Amino acid sequence: MAEFKEISPNASAGEKLLNWVDNRFPASKLYKEHLSEYYAPKNFNFWYFFGSLALLVLVIQIVTGIFLVMHYKPEATLAFASVEYIMRDVPWGWLIRYMHSTGASAFFIVVYLHMFRGLIYGSYRKPRELVWIFGCAIFLCLMAEAFMGYLLPWGQMSYWGAQVIVNLFAAIPFVGPDLALLIRGDYVVSDATLNRFFSFHVIAVPLVLLGLVVAHIIALHEVGSNNPDGIEIKAHKGPDGKPLDGIPFHPYYSVHDIMGVSVFLMVFSAIVFFAPEFGGYFLEYNNFIPADPLKTPAHIAPVWYFTPFYSMLRAITSEMMYALIACVLAGAFLGVTKAKLTGLIKGGVIGGALVLVALMLSIDAKFWGVVVMGGAVIILFFLPWLDNCAVRSIRYRPDWHKYLYGIFVINFVILAYLGVQPPSPIGERVSQVGTLFYFGFFLLMPWWSRLGQTKPVPDRVTFAAH
Amino acid sequence: MKKILLSLMLAFGLVAGVQASGGDSIAWDKAPNKTNDLGALQNGAKLFVNYCLNCHSAAFMRFNRLKDIGLTEQQIKDNLLFTTEKVGETMKAAIDPRQAKDWFGANPPDLTVIARSRAGHGGTGADYLYTYLRTYYRDETKATGWNNLAFPNVGMPHVLWELQGDRRPVFETRSEHGHDVSVFKGWQQVSPGTMSPLQYDQAVADLVAYLQWMGEPAQNDRVRIGVWVLMFLVVFTIIAWRLNASFWKDIR
Repeated sequence: MAEFKEISPNASAGEKLLNWVDNRFPASKLYKEHLSEYYAPKNFNFWYFFGSLALLVLVIQIVTGIFLVMHYKPEATLAFASVEYIMRDVPWGWLIRYMHSTGASAFFIVVYLHMFRGLIYGSYRKPRELVWIFGCAIFLCLMAEAFMGYLLPWGQMSYWGAQVIVNLFAAIPFVGPDLALLIRGDYVVSDATLNRFFSFHVIAVPLVLLGLVVAHIIALHEVGSNNPDGIEIKAHKGPDGKPLDGIPFHPYYSVHDIMGVSVFLMVFSAIVFFAPEFGGYFLEYNNFIPADPLKTPAHIAPVWYFTPFYSMLRAITSEMMYALIACVLAGAFLGVTKAKLTGLIKGGVIGGALVLVALMLSIDAKFWGVVVMGGAVIILFFLPWLDNCAVRSIRYRPDWHKYLYGIFVINFVILAYLGVQPPSPIGERVSQVGTLFYFGFFLLMPWWSRLGQTKPVPDRVTFAAH
Repeated sequence: MKKILLSLMLAFGLVAGVQASGGDSIAWDKAPNKTNDLGALQNGAKLFVNYCLNCHSAAFMRFNRLKDIGLTEQQIKDNLLFTTEKVGETMKAAIDPRQAKDWFGANPPDLTVIARSRAGHGGTGADYLYTYLRTYYRDETKATGWNNLAFPNVGMPHVLWELQGDRRPVFETRSEHGHDVSVFKGWQQVSPGTMSPLQYDQAVADLVAYLQWMGEPAQNDRVRIGVWVLMFLVVFTIIAWRLNASFWKDIR
């Protein structure tokens, strides 16, 4: 508890007011801790724009969302018409709607780049594990938010996309069908589904999302930002106790981020004003046809940001299960023969692997597809404990790590591409290889991240004055 | 390895199959962009109300929005409305949906956003509509007596036939990879319509421009405003860049 501070009677009215507030609410303290005296490394590069941009997009989504809800009708017979009403009869409704629909895609672009930054500079490593975990939870919420929001325009893709994804839950043994029923509130996607998705999209998930964003930032400001060199700036403090390589977030990074924001807004506005459908990727053409429960579209594809994970789901065929079983057995064999484990744990590994294989043989591949799709996101949470490299940043890792991360990105893009395409035999094979690579990248990381000769890490950050 | 080879072969087989079946539906023609041409849009609106609106609705489009394409409220009332309708109402079809289903096998779709929903790999929705409305031909094997190259076995008869007249597609049989495929060569006019082929193309272009405009009445405002927004952002970016540089010059 802070001391009650008296202020000189000659102080200005503004100072008196601030003192009055500070004695009752830590306004100045918060401002200092999070802005004017939050010391961030001075060597941030291009990749460090995307955190603040994600926050900007979140604000855009919330503000435009508030105005959309004023005119949207979450009712199956009115939803499609109310979106067209917003596009036509509501003053500036088209702008608000396009900002929201483009914002959804922009959110994922920005967040994917933000996550990639964390990945290459080791920003998830000790002591930033919780920053990373909160971030992964934000990503998960974002996916739920986007999926449920996509049902609301009630077009053909909205409807059938939701139908396909909710049906996946029905593949879970025993509880699946009841779970799918619980999610839908009906035996098919219907008005009941629309209402509950609306409720989740507009209030439940955004509340959780905001809480997680606050937790993400508090955790970050507690441990301090990482930087492209992956070294701790707190290791070198001046006599005043401030990190020598740190600069106050405000004004240095606030002006820096304003520059990033204006460039981002140029791209964002160019899409909103000149190509809001973005060639059918941000607004799918089929979604301009009202939902028709009796007419299944020939090709159902999720929106682009889900397609890497959708590809992994489609990759798990009954044939692929044999490959996965082989992987489980090989993993168990290596664990027993190579790792230094006690006999009891070894027995556990063998027993666990055998049970898993038995389950994999007895339960439908569709279920394991769902497990793989979910696992592809969940595995990110464990990244801090998978990476054993001696250094954090890609800059000081062995050169071949760079190629590996490069292949990881290309693989992710290929999976995304295949997810938009209709199923094909060759696409299936490629996505199966891609899925194995994706999981191999993470599951084998404890092994490969130790290999190779790391480069000497500098004592202080590398920075060229601009 | 065998499987991979097999799937590779399958994939190529599939590609070849797609190419061979290309003879069924034809490539889309590029629709002229007339959404800024008020005369064309007004002519398109007239064609739309006279020929389309009997069976198709445009349930999200209000008649008085036509003021955006240069018509006055009085002109809309006098020329485009039935006596019972009000100018603030949306464009509803006169047809009974149940009868429509009996007659055509399907309920005629709403046309408000048709130009947006029909876009695809072949081009924009406007390209599709422009092609579709110009590729009707006589086919006595069909219930309506009409068929369409862009939409084979279409349920809708050729509503604009009086304007275009009767036509017949000419196919040429060509040998491709040892298979005989029929390739579309061109049209043969069987009986003339009230319009010349050129006039008809222009009329359809006007109608398609109208459908395109109706799909998103704000589309041209959007582009006009976007130019200003981007010009502002360019200036703002320059200011932000210089501001950033002036703050950062004391960071060494």
